[in-house]
Amino acid sequence: MNNSPDFDAVREVAHRVRRHVLDMTSKGKSSHVGSALSMTDIVTVIYGHLMTYDPAYAKSPTRDRFILSKGHAGAAVYATLAEFGFFEPTRLTDHYQNGSVFSGHVSHKGVPGVELSTGSLGHGLGVAVGMAMAALRQKKTHRVYALLSDGECDEGSNWEAILFGAHHKLSNLTVAVDYNKIQSLAPVSETLALEPFADKWRAFGWHVEECDGHDHEALFAAFGNANAAPAPGVVICHTTKGKGVSFMEDSVLWHYRNAQGQEYEDAAAELEHLAAMDRKGQADA
Amino acid sequence: MLITGDLGFGVLTEYSQRFPNQFINAGVAEQNMTAMACGLAMEGYRVFTYSIANFTTLRCLEQIRNDVCYHDADVTVVSIGGGFSYGQLGVSHFATEDLAILRALPNMTVIAPTDPWEAEELARQLPATPGPKYMRIDKGAAGLAPDPGSISLGRARRVREGADATVICVGGILSEALQAAEILAREGIELRVVGIHTLKPLDTEEVTGAARDTGGIVTLEEHSIIGGLGGVVAETLLEAGCAPGFFRRMGLHDIYPSVVGDQNFLRAEYGMDAAAVVATLRKALCRDG
Repeated sequence: MNNSPDFDAVREVAHRVRRHVLDMTSKGKSSHVGSALSMTDIVTVIYGHLMTYDPAYAKSPTRDRFILSKGHAGAAVYATLAEFGFFEPTRLTDHYQNGSVFSGHVSHKGVPGVELSTGSLGHGLGVAVGMAMAALRQKKTHRVYALLSDGECDEGSNWEAILFGAHHKLSNLTVAVDYNKIQSLAPVSETLALEPFADKWRAFGWHVEECDGHDHEALFAAFGNANAAPAPGVVICHTTKGKGVSFMEDSVLWHYRNAQGQEYEDAAAELEHLAAMDRKGQADA
Repeated sequence: MLITGDLGFGVLTEYSQRFPNQFINAGVAEQNMTAMACGLAMEGYRVFTYSIANFTTLRCLEQIRNDVCYHDADVTVVSIGGGFSYGQLGVSHFATEDLAILRALPNMTVIAPTDPWEAEELARQLPATPGPKYMRIDKGAAGLAPDPGSISLGRARRVREGADATVICVGGILSEALQAAEILAREGIELRVVGIHTLKPLDTEEVTGAARDTGGIVTLEEHSIIGGLGGVVAETLLEAGCAPGFFRRMGLHDIYPSVVGDQNFLRAEYGMDAAAVVATLRKALCRDG
């Protein structure tokens, strides 16, 4: 979207998205705040620096496509779409409310910009593969992005899609894995170990990049390399679940819990402090 | 766009050669095949997925539900091998719950032709019904003379007139009902026979008409009696306040077959062949001596 990336501006968007996520999950008393904070930098970098789209014409045929396969973190996508102009951020207060279209797991109905509804894991990549295959057959130049969780890589359907993507050289497809090392009940390594994770993707024929999933410059560079590869690309984003709120970080509890009362106040203060530090760093530089 | 789950040896060769840009072999990976079909449909393709028995349906049911049906994608799921078509291959290859399960999905149209020519004609009519569709093809055939003009997706086809009772069938097993009608005609029993090639949406007028105008209704399907043709006819009649004189569901009675054999053998073994239809009707009409 941008020729000369304005990293400060998109980092500022990421701060606002984090705050939306906290507000949405606290007001809605919904789960998955940790999962949404984990992927906030990835999704804001994709929308802020990488994708071509027109929020006023969300279904433009030439748009790049983004699919959230880890649908449980839908709050981060809703907030990102709102921040990038697909709809008014005030609508986010509907999240999880009775009669709302903003379901906990991301849904396309009534929400401009959401390509695919997900929530059951292991669906998004297959659909993304179909979209990428369509673009290839129709000789179209847009890209397809899919964001997966690490726990989701337990699903065999993903590995079907991974085989297919490599076999058909879907170089217009880029996958991001939000590798925060924690899944539903326990660490990934104690549930179904993914390591050596990068080697698995390489063995399947994918171009692999790894980076700090909270470092916007590093994400931008990694996606750039993945997008340029002649094979489908995957960016393994090393992240921290609950990133930005100290007591949510690296905690299984915050896969489920939502912040109320003092916890909400503390979390909001931490996120504000983080944003302020970031702005100060920018000013000093 | 036709996507196969690595099946169709000899059957799909000509198509794949004539339309290489509209053909994909997804490999033995039905979940990805179906999700991918949704992605292709969202990009403007009219997509068909193809495999046998339960592989295009139950193996990837959640992809059909969440991806194809919820997004109302124009994907036709084609399963060859309805019922006992692959009768010698064993329970894994018997598609005997598919109609009930697929019928329950919102947006889904459910089609099970009774003859190859009917399948051909219905395939021509598919584009007029965008969105998810399930087409169940079985090896059996009613053997009726081609009459494409009489076929309309969503409308039942009355293939024999009679007033004593109606046999309503789905799929190629219609042939058994027609044989039964011949046998019973010799005993002075006149059967109406109705072929339902579109199970959803159901031609409710034809079904309620059968209850009103004939002595009773028997449903016949190479499928479980739970939730398929028998289920939908019962639901329809009861809600319409249209009780038939008698009502019998013929099909598999909540079991897995324990033996194998060809389609005709298994129909006989599990009480859904012409002889079973004859016996059921004699009893229902109190003509069994």
